[in-house]
Amino acid sequence: MAVAVGRPANDDLRNLSLSGHVGFDSLPDQLVNKSTSQGFCFNILCVGETGIGKSTLMDTLFNTKFESEPATHNEPGVRLKARSYELQESNVRLKLTIVDTVGFGDQINKDDSYKPIVEYIDAQFEAYLQEELKIKRSLFNYHDTRIHACLYFIAPTGHSLKSLDLVTMKKLDSKVNIIPIIAKADTIAKNELHKFKSKIMSELVSNGVQIYQFPTDEETVAEINATMSVHLPFAVVGSTEEVKIGNKMAKARQYPWGVVQVENENHCDFVKLREMLIRVNMEDLREQTHTRHYELYRRCKLEEMGFKDTDPDSKPFSLQETYEAKRNEFLGELQKKEDEMRQMFVMRVKEKEAELKEAEKDLHEKFDHLKRTHQEEKKKVEDKKKELEEELNNFQKKKAAAQLLQSQAQQAGSQQTKKDKDKKKFAKLWDPEFHVKAVMVPGHTFPVLSASPPAAGTTSHSDVP
Amino acid sequence: PVENKNEAAMSELVPEPRQKPVVPMKPMGINANLLGYIGIDTIIEQMRKKTMKTGFDFNIMVVGQSGLGKSTLVNTLFKSQVSRKSSGWNREEKIPKTVEIKAIGHVIEEGGVKMKLTVIDTPGFGDQINNENCWEPIEKYINEQYEKFLKEEVNIARKKRIPDTRVHCCLYFISPTGHSLRPLDLEFMKHLSKVVNIIPVIAKADTMTLEEKTEFKQRVRKELEVNGIEFYPQKEFDEDLEDKTENDKIRQESMPFAVVGSDKEYQVNGKRVLGRKTPWGIIEVENLTHCEFALLRDFVIRTHLQDLKEVTHNIHYETYRAKRLNDNGGLPPMTVETEENHESNL
Repeated sequence: MAVAVGRPANDDLRNLSLSGHVGFDSLPDQLVNKSTSQGFCFNILCVGETGIGKSTLMDTLFNTKFESEPATHNEPGVRLKARSYELQESNVRLKLTIVDTVGFGDQINKDDSYKPIVEYIDAQFEAYLQEELKIKRSLFNYHDTRIHACLYFIAPTGHSLKSLDLVTMKKLDSKVNIIPIIAKADTIAKNELHKFKSKIMSELVSNGVQIYQFPTDEETVAEINATMSVHLPFAVVGSTEEVKIGNKMAKARQYPWGVVQVENENHCDFVKLREMLIRVNMEDLREQTHTRHYELYRRCKLEEMGFKDTDPDSKPFSLQETYEAKRNEFLGELQKKEDEMRQMFVMRVKEKEAELKEAEKDLHEKFDHLKRTHQEEKKKVEDKKKELEEELNNFQKKKAAAQLLQSQAQQAGSQQTKKDKDKKKFAKLWDPEFHVKAVMVPGHTFPVLSASPPAAGTTSHSDVP
Repeated sequence: PVENKNEAAMSELVPEPRQKPVVPMKPMGINANLLGYIGIDTIIEQMRKKTMKTGFDFNIMVVGQSGLGKSTLVNTLFKSQVSRKSSGWNREEKIPKTVEIKAIGHVIEEGGVKMKLTVIDTPGFGDQINNENCWEPIEKYINEQYEKFLKEEVNIARKKRIPDTRVHCCLYFISPTGHSLRPLDLEFMKHLSKVVNIIPVIAKADTMTLEEKTEFKQRVRKELEVNGIEFYPQKEFDEDLEDKTENDKIRQESMPFAVVGSDKEYQVNGKRVLGRKTPWGIIEVENLTHCEFALLRDFVIRTHLQDLKEVTHNIHYETYRAKRLNDNGGLPPMTVETEENHESNL
């Protein structure tokens, strides 16, 4: 079925007048009610040297003693400490997170001081971006941790900004709303203060540092914002102690020479800061963070990852293409890695196989060799055995022959003298043939001559060497 | 970086975006005010001012057969000639052969609040002999608006305020037969209740007596339940007990609203009222004893307008987006539709 989307009679939107009360003027209330029930998030980052009064100022601003111990000056580097609190005023619930820079300005080498701060801010943006890119996401109840305002505490030297201040602010100005304030302002005299403020502002301008601009586009706040901007940077004094002034208790700092009242606009700009930060521009700070700083981060990050917008018509398409290309690239890399690993594995297996084969061969060889040797030896032993047996047989024959001869001789010449007997005995013993035979077989010890021939099969020779 | 350092027990590691909120030493709540006024509650005023400056978008779609009084009702709702019938279209226009989607935009202002209202009409719906799949063009239109929004959202350089053409509310007009819902009604609502907030209304309620009206409403509610059709306000999106009790009452007693529309005024009891003049009397549109128009108006405009937008954005749009990204393997959508090239950004 064809679908035609109609165009209005005239392309411009027509303003219509209502003939009666419709009731959508309650829309802002409906919107606000929703937000109220969910609660608001507000995250402040305090950047400043140790001991400059960051925690005290926060306590003063929010009328609460936030639990914290003062930091030492011995921190090896800058680290960020974030604490969250839930405050409630009438029916408004505020989830306040205060991030402190611990150890800022304490090191001898402060080159990298700004880095942990930038990293923290980026990490919060990243977390939000990750949530936004998820397929199943829940942005409407996401706990927003992005920094909405950065209070930069300037030391009240009275001269100018420190180079650390300039460097740090320059690194932060595109990532967060910077509101510079002069801390411990009760140490500067009024006339010096004015000069100090001008010096600071001109330095900021000449160094191109973009601080937060109080919005002047909406009539109701334009005026107050404009007048307040003139007093930047706000010279503040913080105190949670109360001093009796007149018949009231007021937050103040008591000195021997007088009392500095925190909320007295003649004494310091604390009230102005509170007005600007909380009572007038809190929502704008949140909005700027989201629509400007976060969008910038997102854009840079996506571009870094390789995405591009080309022109309005083919925007999504090139994004798609890039996505595809990246995906394929990634998959290709994975595949390559897999192949490489497989190859390596195969190679290793082959190597191992070859090694094992070698070893096997060696073993076989050894075995053969041993076998041969064994057989040789066996043969040798057999030969020797034969020889010995032969010898033995010979000996037996000879012995038998000799005995026969002896018995014959005895019978025949029993009259013969002892001498002849001895002679014959001796001759028997000294039978050259017999003797030689008995001695000439190498390695054998002289056979033990016994009256009876040795039992067949046994020898009394020593073992074959 | 920071995490590798050994931290003292009392301090917390960074970056750790999600932290459990620590209760400050002094008790909060009512006592916070005793410590001195901070000014946090001014954020409400700040927010209100901002939203009033930016203005609101609202897109309402009307669906139903010809002659059920859709255009008149919309005009009555917004007390001005917002429907297409009044914006230069011919009243004797022929019923189109197919379902057409016609969107007209106006800017109306009340009490300092500017609203860009877009009324999307669907002439031809349910008017053919064969009405099979006649909800498809409507579903397609709704999805196209989600698609448009999604495309803007995935851009690298995004607009500060993405124009919202998504349909926030769809009024479905039920014919006052007095019997039950028609198969077409059920089919339409079954398909569309998954992608858009549907508010069923019984049109031309002046043709039923009070008893007939009550019975009919009961039957319709039963049928919707049996068919598993979740109309707005959907049970599953009730945020808390308060919402639930309030919405339960609306779901189980008031809806569907039986309405009568009119843009003509008559004099009744010395007052000028919107009404319909009949031989047997004047039906006052905003009189709760005559019809439930005022309930519908209050419901849609005065109490649930923002919620309609939020459910559309947080739920229907997110569902569409998730499905789209999943189908594409986690990638943002591709330009496929060529019908996209029209300036329907009114």
